[in-house]
Amino acid sequence: MRKFNLGYFIKEGFVSIFSHGLMSFAAVCMIVACLIIMGSFSLLAVNVDEQLSRLEEENEFLVYVDESFSRQQIEQLMERVRQVDNVAQVDFISADEAKAKFLEGREHQGLYANLPDGVIRDRLSVRVADLERFTETVDAVRALPGVANYRAESKVAEGFVAVRNAVTALAWVLIGILAAVSLFIISNTTRLAAFSRREEIAIMKMCGATDGFIRWPFIVEGLILGLMGALAAFFLQWGAYAAVCRALTENGATTLFTLLDFRFIWTRVLQVFLLAGSIIGALGSSFAIRKFLHV
Amino acid sequence: MIRLIDVHKEYDNGTKALRGINLRIEDGEFVFLVGPSGSGKSTIVKLLTAEVTASHGRVIVNGYNLNNIRRWQIPHMRRTLGVIFQDFRLIEKKTVQGNLEFAMRTVGASSREMRKRIPYVLELVGLDGKEDAFPNEMSGGEQQRVAIARALVNNPSMIIADEPTGNLDPRRSLEIMTLLERINAMGTTMLVVTHERDLVNRFSKRVVAIKDGEMIRDGQGGYYRA
Repeated sequence: MRKFNLGYFIKEGFVSIFSHGLMSFAAVCMIVACLIIMGSFSLLAVNVDEQLSRLEEENEFLVYVDESFSRQQIEQLMERVRQVDNVAQVDFISADEAKAKFLEGREHQGLYANLPDGVIRDRLSVRVADLERFTETVDAVRALPGVANYRAESKVAEGFVAVRNAVTALAWVLIGILAAVSLFIISNTTRLAAFSRREEIAIMKMCGATDGFIRWPFIVEGLILGLMGALAAFFLQWGAYAAVCRALTENGATTLFTLLDFRFIWTRVLQVFLLAGSIIGALGSSFAIRKFLHV
Repeated sequence: MIRLIDVHKEYDNGTKALRGINLRIEDGEFVFLVGPSGSGKSTIVKLLTAEVTASHGRVIVNGYNLNNIRRWQIPHMRRTLGVIFQDFRLIEKKTVQGNLEFAMRTVGASSREMRKRIPYVLELVGLDGKEDAFPNEMSGGEQQRVAIARALVNNPSMIIADEPTGNLDPRRSLEIMTLLERINAMGTTMLVVTHERDLVNRFSKRVVAIKDGEMIRDGQGGYYRA
């Protein structure tokens, strides 16, 4: 691309946007709407994922050790548990420690003073690396010799995983649908622009213009519309996200669900929006202009 | 240089527009292509500008074999041609200068080249001083001069004029034809498609006549029977 052509393409792109301002405005609005919906679901997915990552760090199950096991045998069992796939950490909790923890903060502790020794067993606290494989890890550990019993909240873990997978899948489906809608809108805007300039295009072709020379101003137009939409969507998304964060804080919901601070993710959001906007804009225009080049 | 060798053209709807046309136009020639409406004149123009391809036979324009020309080569072939239409096809929202700049920019000309070439071409067609006029402020004859200037501005070796006087009165038609003759005298090959018998007869040029897709006459002299 020659230097003077680049300036010409950009100028023509802007001229074209304003020559059918209403349609351009509609296209930008559509991109904004699509990106905000896409962005909202993506942010929801990111936050659920983040929340699950935190839960994963705390996620553990208890393995009760056979009463007949000696301390040495318990050490061997711990080593075998560590070797099970997806086990991140294994800690030993003696029966005394468990009892102390059980009594901690309870009223009428005297009632438990004569609790027989065998009631509270030695146990292992096992933390998993990947919450998605929680159940299979529990199954593998409880099959080991020396494991008398276990306690695992598999259903809670599975529930979280299911929510995360559903949100991620929904986000991807919506992203796909909305990207297609945006492409269609941009494509129509460009088609309208190309149709209104079909005589010019025919003259250009007759004068010996290459397809690229004719195509570029339309691609630039789509790119500008896409970037404008992306910027507008970014600021609106920011405002909406901040409003949701405020509402959660005011209602005290942050103890259940903590949203990521936008300051830590704004660069990523902006990058994704600009990339999505420019791809949608440029691709939409490229599709639309093709049929006008066959002169 | 144009060469048409046993050219046939049949459109998708079954219309046989050309049947075995043989034509050779040398560099620097002035040729009238005449014939009644529907005789195949416009199809020949479309073949020469690579808008359509021949169903059979060979078409060679300025060294390009249009039977197997690649898509990317077509713009380069078209740069060797200047095309003039009956309805001028000027861009209404651009001035005369703007129209010519538009044509030059499409082939990648620089601003410096435009500043040099456009005044020369406008003077050649008798439109110096009209740079800032818009097409709708000009007469039909002047608009056709702008179209001729646009065809000339990229310095083509050949001009194809498709009914260039179709929208003009006899006096303006004569002026335009005289201008085309003058441009031809400067070395540009000229193929003028027309069905205006009187006009053709005023110029002593080679006349190629076609009817129903077949060539019925190719001779020097200026006279033809419709």
